Amino acid sequence: MTAPLIIFFVLATLAVGGALSLIFQKHPIHSALSLIVVMVALAGLYLLMGAEFVAAVQIIVYGGAIMVLFVFVIMLLNAGIEEHTNFSKLAGFPGLLLAFALTGFIAATIARSTDTVQAASQPGNMASTRDLSTMIFKDFVYPFELTSFLILVAVLGAIVLAQREAKP
Amino acid sequence: MIPTNYYIVLSAILFGLGVLAFIFKRNIISIFMSIELMLNAVNLAFVAFSQAMHKLDGQVFVLFVIVVAAAEAAVGLAIIILTARNRQSLNVERVDLLKL
Amino acid sequence: MPILEHLWIIPLLPLLGATVNGLFGRTWPNKIVNSVAVGATGLSFLAALEAVREFFLLSPEQIPWVRQYFSWIEAGNFRAGFDLQVDQLTVVMLLVVTGVGWLIHIYSMGYMAHEGGYYRFFAYLNLFMFFMLILVMAANYVLLFVGWEGVGLASYLLIGFYFLRKSAADAGKKAFIVNRIGDFGFMLGMFLLFRTFGTLDFVKLFDTATPLSAEAMGHLGTLTVACLLLFMGAAGKSAQIPLYVWLPDAMEGPTPVSALIHAATMVTAGVYVVARSHVLFMRAPTAMLVVAVVGCATALFAATIGLVQTDIKKVLAYSTVSQLGYMFLACGVGAFSAGIFHLMTHAFFKALLFLAAGSVIHAMGGEQDLLHMGGLSKKIKWTFRTMFVGTLAIAGIPPLAGFFSKDSILLSAYQSENGGPNAGHILYVAGLLTALLTSFYMFRLIFLTFFGKERYDEHHVHVHESPKSMLVPLAILAVLSIVGGWLAAPAFWGKPDYFAKFLEPVFAAPTGSEAGTAEAVAHALETPLAIVAVIIATLGGLAAWWLYLKQPDKPDALAKSFSGVYRTLLHKYYVDEFYNAAIVRPLLWLSTNVFWKTVDVSIIDGAVNGIAEGITVVGDGTRRTQSGNTRSYAVWVVVGAIVIVAVIFWPHVRPVLGVAR
Repeated sequence: MTAPLIIFFVLATLAVGGALSLIFQKHPIHSALSLIVVMVALAGLYLLMGAEFVAAVQIIVYGGAIMVLFVFVIMLLNAGIEEHTNFSKLAGFPGLLLAFALTGFIAATIARSTDTVQAASQPGNMASTRDLSTMIFKDFVYPFELTSFLILVAVLGAIVLAQREAKP
Repeated sequence: MIPTNYYIVLSAILFGLGVLAFIFKRNIISIFMSIELMLNAVNLAFVAFSQAMHKLDGQVFVLFVIVVAAAEAAVGLAIIILTARNRQSLNVERVDLLKL
Repeated sequence: MPILEHLWIIPLLPLLGATVNGLFGRTWPNKIVNSVAVGATGLSFLAALEAVREFFLLSPEQIPWVRQYFSWIEAGNFRAGFDLQVDQLTVVMLLVVTGVGWLIHIYSMGYMAHEGGYYRFFAYLNLFMFFMLILVMAANYVLLFVGWEGVGLASYLLIGFYFLRKSAADAGKKAFIVNRIGDFGFMLGMFLLFRTFGTLDFVKLFDTATPLSAEAMGHLGTLTVACLLLFMGAAGKSAQIPLYVWLPDAMEGPTPVSALIHAATMVTAGVYVVARSHVLFMRAPTAMLVVAVVGCATALFAATIGLVQTDIKKVLAYSTVSQLGYMFLACGVGAFSAGIFHLMTHAFFKALLFLAAGSVIHAMGGEQDLLHMGGLSKKIKWTFRTMFVGTLAIAGIPPLAGFFSKDSILLSAYQSENGGPNAGHILYVAGLLTALLTSFYMFRLIFLTFFGKERYDEHHVHVHESPKSMLVPLAILAVLSIVGGWLAAPAFWGKPDYFAKFLEPVFAAPTGSEAGTAEAVAHALETPLAIVAVIIATLGGLAAWWLYLKQPDKPDALAKSFSGVYRTLLHKYYVDEFYNAAIVRPLLWLSTNVFWKTVDVSIIDGAVNGIAEGITVVGDGTRRTQSGNTRSYAVWVVVGAIVIVAVIFWPHVRPVLGVAR
């Protein structure tokens, strides 16, 4: 039991616990906070794998921007404990089964194709931010520019959609 | 080191939990959050493979996923605000105008 | 050789007449319809005469004269074309068909003058002439079959001419269906011949078959089977046992139809086919024996039924069946030219008898029952005289035509050795008995119709003689019935039989010496047998005179004392009832219960409707996915994801499924 392994299991338990909490909490604000826990745990896992830049971006963007947005919207809409309606017959037991089936499929499929994926080697010796940025601005510059355009569109869209109706 | 399979299985579990939340939650914001959970699980898988194959493409892709998730969250939440104003409820089962 | 080069003119003229009358005749007055129809047939007759004249100018190597007009079927080595052929046999048939046909057309002008559908009658009659001419002039079995089927169609149309009468419509159907059964055999025979010889051209086929010896294909070999199948077709068309049942019913049609189709021409098509295929029949002795026996049996059988019938046309119908039996008997014993000779003389006197009967019916205003006639000889003199000539001819009284033809048949039958040393004697005795019965019932018909008390009401029926257009053909046919047999007369005093000599190139005997001894024996027997035949015929006539003129009450008394026999004969041996019970009803039951209720309704309709219903059910089920509920849609998204994962990663998924099992 090496230290990385222990850290991994701790972080993994944290992540899974956060996800479970997201499912079983009744108030959406509690679900949002659980999600933040999951994201922090994942950031920790990224650090464990040696992807520092990604870990940082995860916390800053996901945790600091997106989840804050979620919390703002929850507070704006005065979301309360969700009411218990059950109009959908499929979303009960069959849905549970199907979700398990999907998980099992994916996990087993990938876990069995071990021949293509070996164990990780030394962490930290290649994921430098400089190399990452070189890659972004050299090989992936076109998608990069497109995503900046995408953000612009999203901002415009969000503003237009959420406007208050003009009073006559 | 930690075998890549562990990360993959964890990713799968997180993804499955996201799917469960997607199916079982009734509050539309909670459903949205489950989508974010699924995206995160996928990000984990990408980074794990990127590390295993000693290439940086996985991480670049993760960055792009995060960016797109942000954009999608912004627009999606704007739509949720509109819908909540119109239907006076955040329960997804109340949005049933397509029902016969 | 203008006509011989363009033989197609002869059948085409009646076809034109039929088309013109059929398409335009509805609004035309009778005169124009007449001119078209009778003119077309008359021109066809003249063309036939011209063709015969040119034929006599041909040298022997050019016979048979075949002309190919266009290729109808060409498949691999097989070719069936619209080929017309003229040889001596064709000449005889052509003259009979066009000549007698023309006379009957003229007769119909007067007979059908007051009937509705005048143009339709003549259109159908011309159509019949077209098909019959195709039949006799065809140079291969396929074209012959076209004519064969066509005359069957024309017969159906004409029998059911008064289609508003149910009995007439039924009779038409019966004729067509029974004919069809025979046609089935004919087709199978054709197929077998094609398979054996590779061709259906007469010239080619017979040239291939001629070198074969008599027993080449064995007793029940291919040739025998093919000939028996062809004979099955002939039995259907020419009303032999067991397919004769349609001919008496066919009397529902107008009388000229009965005269032309069911006496002179169509029913002789079967005899023509057997005569044409004589090369094959001569090499299949078993088939010949079957033909002879069936013909003889039919002759006797039909004659017994004719004894007690009371409808004037039915008597003549059964007489036709009986005489056709004689023709087949002749062919069966190898005397093909005798059979054709009887065909020709029969055409003359039977057409005469039918037309005269039509004249009687016309005179009696539509009455057909013998028991309601009587004493007409003074009132319709010309009809009486011509009909009497016809009766003498059919009874076989010399020197009229029937005597010569019947006599030569009986002589050949007597000498036949096919089937055993004295088999011919049995056939001869049966034929003689039939001649006795023929004479009896024909004279019975004459006496009941024209002599004795008047058994009809004078006030209701105005007996009047028929117009000239009806009497002139009668007279011509009467003359032909008298002189028609004289072609064979010279045989009696040593000179050759002209008719047989004329047909000799067609019916050449297999070996010369056989023919020589046969002729010598024939000569010795001919005179005694002829005398016997005349005595028998006279006996029949005397018996009829005694029963119906001298002691008119005797027939009823006899009928009462032999009531069982009488009733059986009157009901035609209950054959129709038997067929109805044994064949028609089971077929109807099969069609209704199995084919209609089960196959058509349950299976086919059920399958089609079932598919439609299945789609409705599936649609009903699929509808439930569109519930409008977002959470259900979410579950469907998950389902889709599972499917995609499974499809893409199938090689990896399979072991997982195996473990799960």
